[in-house]
Amino acid sequence: MTVNGKAVSGSVEPRTLLVHFLREDLLLTGTHVGCESGYCGACTIHLDGVPTKSCMVLAAQADGCDVTTIEGLAKNGDLHPVQEGFWERHGLQCGFCTPGMIMSAAGILAENGSPTEAEIRHGLEGNLCRCTGYHNIVRAVEYAAAKMRGEEPAPPEWETDLV
Amino acid sequence: MYPREFDYVAPASLDEALDALAANPGAKVMSGGMSLLPLMKMRLFSPEMVVDIGRIPGLDDITDQEDHIAIGALVRHHQTATSALVAEHAAALAEAAAYTGDNQVRRRGTTCGSLAHADIAADQPAGALAAGATMVAASKNGKREIAAADFFVDTLTSALEPDEILVGIRIPKTGGGSAYDKLGRRGGHSDYAVAGAAAWVRKSNGTVEDARIALTGVGTKPMLAAGSMEAFIGSDGSAAAIAAAADRATEGVTVLEDLYGSEAYKAHLARVFVARALEQALARA
Ligand SMILES: Cc1cc2nc3c(=O)[nH]c(=O)nc-3n(C[C@H](O)[C@H](O)[C@H](O)COP(=O)(O)OP(=O)(O)OC[C@H]3O[C@@H](n4cnc5c(N)ncnc54)[C@H](O)[C@@H]3O)c2cc1C
Ligand code: FES
Ligand code: FES
Repeated sequence: MTVNGKAVSGSVEPRTLLVHFLREDLLLTGTHVGCESGYCGACTIHLDGVPTKSCMVLAAQADGCDVTTIEGLAKNGDLHPVQEGFWERHGLQCGFCTPGMIMSAAGILAENGSPTEAEIRHGLEGNLCRCTGYHNIVRAVEYAAAKMRGEEPAPPEWETDLV
Repeated sequence: MYPREFDYVAPASLDEALDALAANPGAKVMSGGMSLLPLMKMRLFSPEMVVDIGRIPGLDDITDQEDHIAIGALVRHHQTATSALVAEHAAALAEAAAYTGDNQVRRRGTTCGSLAHADIAADQPAGALAAGATMVAASKNGKREIAAADFFVDTLTSALEPDEILVGIRIPKTGGGSAYDKLGRRGGHSDYAVAGAAAWVRKSNGTVEDARIALTGVGTKPMLAAGSMEAFIGSDGSAAAIAAAADRATEGVTVLEDLYGSEAYKAHLARVFVARALEQALARA
């Protein structure tokens, strides 16, 4: 398969999950393992461009596919707009859910450049966060959407709401 | 969490897949894996062999076939949810697919996989029942068709034989309108249904000429609500007729209590969602 633009190969047991192949064989530990049962979304990667929970796919099923992990999102040292948004709008606290959140959000924005708040929340239903209460995650995705449209993102709420 | 060891094959053609199933009685079909893999990881189920049908070409389309539409085995929930053809001829199934799981699950899980899995609380079985779908099953011995009403046999049990693959479903173009609504376990439409209902209605000259009403999350399997159908067919489709049909939602149904609701609560939700699905279906009929 191709991972973050590089051809990789390996021989695994049929029961090896894609997330374990990525983390343990390729040492790409940015993709997190939370629930391992399909609910939390921490393991979300892009499989042939589609946001996918990598604990819900066998490594063998991804044979020949194109995989992008959180490590492959930044280009030439520049953060992806979604990564920048999470930084600028405090979209994370402990960071456990963040790689999956960012991959999911990037998937949403690839299809819809101007999602509403409801569309962002709906699109991220498969990603659980125990820390942030989601509020700043939504703001982070809105920041990224504006950036990707070439617009200036709205100023952070902590600069406008408290005056 | 690793499943037990198993052999894995990913056939490149339907014939190869059917041969593998025929030759290995302990083999299990995998399409999206969204239900099978969790069962295997929790070791509730450990097939000796997994036959991954994901690489078989020609099964991933929704096509217009004159008197019906055909949904192939590898059509994902997301495709069913967003297809104009499904919206036109089986809005209940499109809504059920849209309310299945979350974005990542909808991109990978398949409509046919959800039907084959036959979970009591799954959404699309009710949609397929209301749409009057026909299931097309293939084995080494040929193909056969199974009416949706005969397909769901029991909890997690469909009419498919172990060596059969559900290669697609057909939805007849019968006019009328349909809808699906549910209460999800996480509230709104989110996650499996605590309870839900799908309805299809066709009216002519002010009379309900035909209708199908299906329940999910209520009984021992995805099923038609025979009492509601009897009450509604031939009625004038008025608010009073909807209420009368909803009242009979669980007639003849063994209502099961689960972690998400008591028997009484489930029966209440069945009435509420039969009424809502009928209202919405009528608005589209
Ligand atoms: C986080 C999460 C949330 C979910 N939420 C919901 C929800 O809200 N509503 C809901 O309805 N479902 C929900 N699901 C289940 C999901 O919809 C599954 O995708 C679906 O039930 C199974 O489809 P699949 O293609 O993934 O099948 P698989 O998991 O591959 O297979 C499921 C079963 O069906 C059999 N099978 C699959 N395809 C075929 C075929 N073509 N022919 C013969 N047998 C076949 C398999 O052998 C297996 O027994 C959820 C799943 C997850 C992980
Ligand atoms: S670790 Fe994959 S969904 Fe939680
Ligand atoms: S930041 Fe801690 S789980 Fe989301």
